[in-house]
Amino acid sequence: MLPVLRVSGLNKSFVMHAQGGLALKVLEDVAMSVAPGECLALVGPSGAGKSTLLRALYGNYRPQTGSIRVRHREAWVELVNAEARTTLDVRRHTMGFVSQFLRVIPRVATVDVVAEPMLRRGATLEQARDRAQFLLSLLGIPERLWQLPPATFSGGEQQRVNIARSLIADYPVLLLDEPTASLDVANRDGVIDLIRQRREQGATIVGIFHDVAVRDALATRLHNVALPGAQA
Amino acid sequence: MSDGAPLLSTRGLTKRFGGRAACRDVSFDLWPGEVLGIVGESGSGKTTLLNCLAGRLEPDEGSVTYETASMGTVDVHGLSEARRRLLARTEWGFVNQDARDGLRMGVSAGANIGERLMAIGGRHYGNIRRDASDWMTRVELDLGRLDDRPTTFSGGMRQRLQIARNLVSNPRLVFMDEPTGGLDVSVQARILDLLRGLVDRFHLSAVLVTHDLGVARLLTHRLMVMQGGTVVEHGLTDQVLDDPQHAYTQMLVASILPV
Amino acid sequence: MPDTHDTSSSDSAYNYAYLDEQTKRMIRRAILKAVAVPGYQVPFGGREMPLPYGWGTGGIQVTAAIIGRDDTLKVIDQGADDTTNAVSIRRFFAKVADVATTTRTEEATVIQTRHRVPETPLKEGQILVFQVPIPEPLRMLEPRETETRTLHALTEYGGMQVSLYESIARHGRISKAYNYPVLVNGRYMMSPSPIPKFDNPKLDNNAALQLYGAGREKRIYAVPPYTPVKSLDFDDHPFEIETWSECCALCGSKESFLDEMIVDDDGKRLFVCSDTDYCQERQQADKP
Repeated sequence: MLPVLRVSGLNKSFVMHAQGGLALKVLEDVAMSVAPGECLALVGPSGAGKSTLLRALYGNYRPQTGSIRVRHREAWVELVNAEARTTLDVRRHTMGFVSQFLRVIPRVATVDVVAEPMLRRGATLEQARDRAQFLLSLLGIPERLWQLPPATFSGGEQQRVNIARSLIADYPVLLLDEPTASLDVANRDGVIDLIRQRREQGATIVGIFHDVAVRDALATRLHNVALPGAQA
Repeated sequence: MSDGAPLLSTRGLTKRFGGRAACRDVSFDLWPGEVLGIVGESGSGKTTLLNCLAGRLEPDEGSVTYETASMGTVDVHGLSEARRRLLARTEWGFVNQDARDGLRMGVSAGANIGERLMAIGGRHYGNIRRDASDWMTRVELDLGRLDDRPTTFSGGMRQRLQIARNLVSNPRLVFMDEPTGGLDVSVQARILDLLRGLVDRFHLSAVLVTHDLGVARLLTHRLMVMQGGTVVEHGLTDQVLDDPQHAYTQMLVASILPV
Repeated sequence: MPDTHDTSSSDSAYNYAYLDEQTKRMIRRAILKAVAVPGYQVPFGGREMPLPYGWGTGGIQVTAAIIGRDDTLKVIDQGADDTTNAVSIRRFFAKVADVATTTRTEEATVIQTRHRVPETPLKEGQILVFQVPIPEPLRMLEPRETETRTLHALTEYGGMQVSLYESIARHGRISKAYNYPVLVNGRYMMSPSPIPKFDNPKLDNNAALQLYGAGREKRIYAVPPYTPVKSLDFDDHPFEIETWSECCALCGSKESFLDEMIVDDDGKRLFVCSDTDYCQERQQADKP
């Protein structure tokens, strides 16, 4: 399979103006490419820049130089220095991001929080709610919670809501940041099954998995991430 | 991607008061369906910029162009006042921070909502009242208050009424100046949620001025950070808030109290 | 309108018709402009008159500017020729302008009025001069003069419709009974002065020239003969005039505007024509 995500020469530093313009180099000359059906696991010690790389792939962090190209609407799109609406369109149709934390929207029912990405891609309310309910039950969120906003849920529940929200839209490219952290074993296995299913259907996945069992279950390939300077 | 023309474009916009530039050399494009946030501290020029964009204040330099629904692209400040006001009450909305500035306090909620309809020729009382009732419901106001004056409403209710009054004519672009400023946090949340839903449902484009980064995070797609009248940073909302580049933005983001 | 410095008028201490000739010319220019732009309020340099504001200073200046020795003047207040205000103004012009006066609508060439339009249809050549307390119809909605002028300039009259909406919402119908707003010649919103809305239809397409003078606010506006004057309304709440189940106790009219009077301590009520001349004419005609 030809890759759908290509990264080359990627550099990212954080400049802290409050500390006299201190520059912290996190990514240096990063290159990789990922094809459909692959799950690339980012590995490396804590603080090595795995999350920074993942967030840069999503367009959340802005690299100084380099290239991140993704197949989007049957064309290559450059995400480094892309226009806001380009990045937003890629996020709406091509790239999903599963993080550990749910950004809660006040007063919106859980089922609608989950359904939203599918609605934005043009599904009907009924289709989106059906699919949302299916995912919520698969992920073990009790039905009595579906109509409540997730603000008061436990950390694990919020995370599963977030996973359901990220997986509902069948994005061709999925970025996973510790998708199973703080889940119990039963729920963790449910999430693994869902992600593996997506991979087998041809999704392109890049993820950070601290849990070795999860990594072994999902990853098809490893990619080492190390702080610049610490590599050699 | 929805190509075509941007809905609103500004180039080199500068407005001076006396010798001081309240906003200087601002340029950007707003695309259909986008919500653009303008953040910065008081006095950073946000509101001046908003007023120039909305045609309420004449800039000293630069241009604002708008892609109308029916008459092509227009130069907002080159339009006759009559045309500009017509545009403002049909295709645009303007939500003031203080609802009293945007409402007629002396007439009922229904009349407030119905005014735009009457201004563009609505002459059927029953239809106007029906539309006003629909909008009362959409902004979650009790229909039993349709004939009450906004003087008897709470701050949050007034703000929701102001939103309904603006949206009844199905505008395409809404300007908002601190729409939740001065309201209790719980009341704020309800209005933010309402705005979010309405923007989605009616595919509105919006320019929102706020000093509250939480509001910006929740409602906007893109952010412009202003300091001393100039735009110091511009990007996707999550980029600007999660990976701020400019010293001033870093300071703003670092100043948010954690909850 | 004879322009004259003739000193043979009945009171030679004053210039003819009280105002000096410069002032009259200035007012006539304002009137000409008002006639040229029906319903538009023309500012004029109003003068102090020998009666207080609110007693018809605007109307008197308009009358003074147009009246001549050949004119016959009628003055009414709430339809009556015999009230203090009407009598005073009539005497004033008899003295300073040397004109004939009348109470008969048909005979008058100039009729100055407060709060009514005569019941008898007016003819070409007659001039009806209204006394106006507040010339700006939008004033109650918008206190700023700069803004009301802009609203007129841009024909933004939605606010006036809002006030009618409000009336229906509150009372189930348009409750405004006096000073009912009208649109003149499809262009300017105009205050018809505090006439009952009963009189509004008479303004429409009238053969006479209508001049409106506001003394305190120093505005003159006009409706030329045969000009469309439309009372505002809603499609589903059309404009309607008052009706009475009674008829006039004196002349039996069922078509005129009636005043209600309490005639004794028991609260016995009587309805009579507000237009005294109309009522008397009918009473005369009925006599054998």
